[in-house]
Amino acid sequence: MARSSTKKSARRSLLALIVVILGLSALAAGLTKWGDGSLTPRLGLDLEGGTELVLQPQLTGTETISEGQVNRAVDIIRQRIDANGVSEAEITTQGGRSIVVSIPGQPTAEQLDALKKPSQLRFRAVYVQALDPNASQANPGATPSGTATGTATPSGTATGTGTPTATGTATPSTSSTAQNGAVPDALRAATTPATPTGSATTPAAGATTPAPAATTPAPAPTAAQTEAAIKAQASTGLVGLGWDKAKADAAAAKVAKDYTALNCSKAGAIDAIADDPALPLATCGEDRVTKYVLGPSEIDGSEIADATSGYQPGPNGQPTSIVEVALSFKDAGKAKFAAVTKRLYGLQSQPPLDQFAVVLDKAVITAPQARAVITDGRASITGSFTIDSAKQLAEQLKFGALPISFALQTQDNITPQLGKEQLRIGLLAGLIGLLLVVIYSLIQYRALGFVTVASLVVASVITYLAVTVLGTTHGFRLTMAGVTGLIVAIGVTADSFIVYFERIRDEVRDGRPLVAAVETGWKRARRTIIAADAVNFIAAGVLYFLASSNVRGFAFTLGLTTLIDLLVVMLFTHPMVQLLARTEFFGNGHKWSGLDPQRLGAKESVRYRGRGQFGAPGAQRPPATVGSARIADGKAQA
Amino acid sequence: MINFAQVGNDLYTGKRSIDFIKRQKTWYALSAVLIALALVGIFVKGLNFGIEFSGGSEFRVQGVTNSQGYEEKAQAAISKSGIEGNVISTIVGQDTVRVQSEAASDRTDEASAALAQQFGVDKSAVSASLIGPSWGQSVSQQAIRGLIVFLILVTIVMALYFRTWKMAVSGLVALLHDLVITVGIYALFGFEITPSSMIGFLTILGYSLYDTVVVFDKVRENTAEAFRTKRMTYSAAANLAVNQTLVRSINTTVVALLPIAAVLFVGFTLLGPGTLLDLSLALFIGIAVGAYSSIFIATPLLVDLRRNEPAVRELAKYVERHGAKPHVAGQQGSPEPAVVGADATGAASGTAAVSSVPSEGGARPVHKYAQPGPRNQPKRAPKSRR
Repeated sequence: MARSSTKKSARRSLLALIVVILGLSALAAGLTKWGDGSLTPRLGLDLEGGTELVLQPQLTGTETISEGQVNRAVDIIRQRIDANGVSEAEITTQGGRSIVVSIPGQPTAEQLDALKKPSQLRFRAVYVQALDPNASQANPGATPSGTATGTATPSGTATGTGTPTATGTATPSTSSTAQNGAVPDALRAATTPATPTGSATTPAAGATTPAPAATTPAPAPTAAQTEAAIKAQASTGLVGLGWDKAKADAAAAKVAKDYTALNCSKAGAIDAIADDPALPLATCGEDRVTKYVLGPSEIDGSEIADATSGYQPGPNGQPTSIVEVALSFKDAGKAKFAAVTKRLYGLQSQPPLDQFAVVLDKAVITAPQARAVITDGRASITGSFTIDSAKQLAEQLKFGALPISFALQTQDNITPQLGKEQLRIGLLAGLIGLLLVVIYSLIQYRALGFVTVASLVVASVITYLAVTVLGTTHGFRLTMAGVTGLIVAIGVTADSFIVYFERIRDEVRDGRPLVAAVETGWKRARRTIIAADAVNFIAAGVLYFLASSNVRGFAFTLGLTTLIDLLVVMLFTHPMVQLLARTEFFGNGHKWSGLDPQRLGAKESVRYRGRGQFGAPGAQRPPATVGSARIADGKAQA
Repeated sequence: MINFAQVGNDLYTGKRSIDFIKRQKTWYALSAVLIALALVGIFVKGLNFGIEFSGGSEFRVQGVTNSQGYEEKAQAAISKSGIEGNVISTIVGQDTVRVQSEAASDRTDEASAALAQQFGVDKSAVSASLIGPSWGQSVSQQAIRGLIVFLILVTIVMALYFRTWKMAVSGLVALLHDLVITVGIYALFGFEITPSSMIGFLTILGYSLYDTVVVFDKVRENTAEAFRTKRMTYSAAANLAVNQTLVRSINTTVVALLPIAAVLFVGFTLLGPGTLLDLSLALFIGIAVGAYSSIFIATPLLVDLRRNEPAVRELAKYVERHGAKPHVAGQQGSPEPAVVGADATGAASGTAAVSSVPSEGGARPVHKYAQPGPRNQPKRAPKSRR
């Protein structure tokens, strides 16, 4: 009975293993079919070719950088890369300080500079705002449905908490979402406060244009006319700032030309814009759908004291359901902001002239209307925010207050050829290593060596599947270091089999019949294997958290294979040996089984053979073992 | 091929025995010499740090058909692109030239182009890596922090696992021994130390510990038995344990080294310096040294540490008074081989028999009258009480 239960549990273990393997395969196949997975592991840059940059945020003075700011920095870099039109960039933080950027191909020096430069946040007045016809053609889904929902709240009372309200529209296109995954839709809604659109192309004079839909500025004036209108509006704006008429005209002409030429949906469009704080600027919204003509910079990001997000307090101080971003300025900024809001408030009848744009790295992140004259430097931006999007905007604003540039720590460029070569050589090395281990274990353990081989094969299959699945679900990429880890793991995995087999041999030497030797040997070996694997796993864990990114893969695969080793030993090797021990070949201690008691110099001891008979120590040993094994089998079948 | 099974049998029963414990002074001396050499290497010759630590640029030009005068070509290309300082170039593999220079920073692009032109390859065949000067510092800091965290964790694990600080200390000494010797070998041979080799060094610690855990496991088992049966001294029991695990130690070491050796060979002949080679070289040296230390250093040290414990001394006295059983160490010509076998295995399997019989289920329990050997003879009161 006992025997048959052992046999059953062995079979159950093997079944569990098959379930695990099938499950992993199904997962990998499913992810390939319905997701964006693949049937091969994802390769790291050093095997696939590409560039890895490690950037470190640089601060001026004694400022320290917080984790939120590092995350912000990651978003900014992602934005910059997206603006460059590079797809498949991977950006991660490391050690809470450095930022690791992996991009396929090799960046040019200009692109690198664009990545490294400090981010600039500026406040500029809006002169013209419109959906980019290019963008809307490229993304037909980009019709701004719905109307402005923002509520205008009372104006500059004694408290001075005016509320420039960003009037949100519904989200634009889906494809632009894909391009700019870092920013959730809601924020974009806030950043495109597309005042009913046709008006954007309307000259400031207020010539009444029947507001056409944004997608069809169609019956609209010719390009030349539009340009002229924009020029006129910009010029008026600049003169309003006290510019000389001639100078304003020249600047306006240039910006109008830029504006017409600007195609926001094109990759790298924002990058190409020259950003001079003293001049008006034609640029795009962060969503790359809205185009703007903006006035010269009036307030610098460094004037921002703080930006927070949350629910707007109601008149009695209790929170309302309106999500706001509260913005406060430093002393110098206060006065400037008061002047700006005062001027814009006066233009309330002429949208979009009453809006001011917050421009981060040349892209407009939000362009709220001024609904009050704010003199105390505490503004509140509301609109169709979610609590998350508000938080993000607040972070962006805060970030602007702290211009961060990035120092290039390392740059690793691997050509695809070199990558392929490295992979080939790595696999070759692994194969040779595997072969050597197989040969060695066959010599040492004879037939039992085949169990090692089979276990290694099972372990490789599971490892392959695990790495593939992790590549899809967690973006794990196999690097050269990872491949090294996998090869080294062959030895670690084979180690545990050796510990186990040696234990069985010890038990056989003590004179136990094989079936019993397997059980006792396993009990002792298990302890050792678990302890050893725990040590290895801790080591891998520590290495993973302390290693620099390029060798992290090593620690990861080492840890992964340690777990897989444990799984294979428990669910495959031991059950296999349990079952094999019951076969004639192994149970009888065949010369080639690797467990031949005679060869192992087993101690002979008196053994109860059943039916009141004893096997004497001096007697022929094989019959004794066979006897007991047979009895066992008989019992199992009974 | 040596017949390991036969050797293993003999080592297991104690028929053949290597005196690891008694000759501890020899091993200590050997290790002391090695460590002294290593320290000389580290402090006199100095370590050869890779550009990852000092900052610099490395270019790899692939597919070079004519490697003649590659050094001049590389130098020319680098200085043409406006990078000062020395240029070190080497040929790795068959057709790749590796060029190391001062940090190229903004000029990486130009340098790649110049190199491609000089060697007559396409620009896409030139790989470049740039390491900023402050990077190395953070890498070293990380490595040192890693080492400290690792050692602390390892000490905790050992103390928990073995529940005695003496074992933990012996294991730690063995670890440091491995680390110093491995780094010393790096210094003496001038191997380049990169972040990858740093990771390799840390991995060695795990490996060395693993080996020590396995040996100590057996030591603990055997010595517990020795305390119970009072058949052999503590050091004899420990020595037997090392002998019994020797075959396993050799096997696991060989199996661990084989794939790494393959990587080393392939990496060295085909790929040249890089993550693969750096990691495997560190591991190869470290695992080999680790196997040595867990056998020759850790266990003798443990015995020495415990030598003066009252219980151990009492056991030694007892065994001396009652005569050590003949299986202890080096008794090839033992007059009674049968007794030898019985004793040695009795020591090893005694606990197992006690603990495993009830739970074993499968094996039929042997009737106590059927068991041979002196253990089941009627106990005679000890001489002192007669």
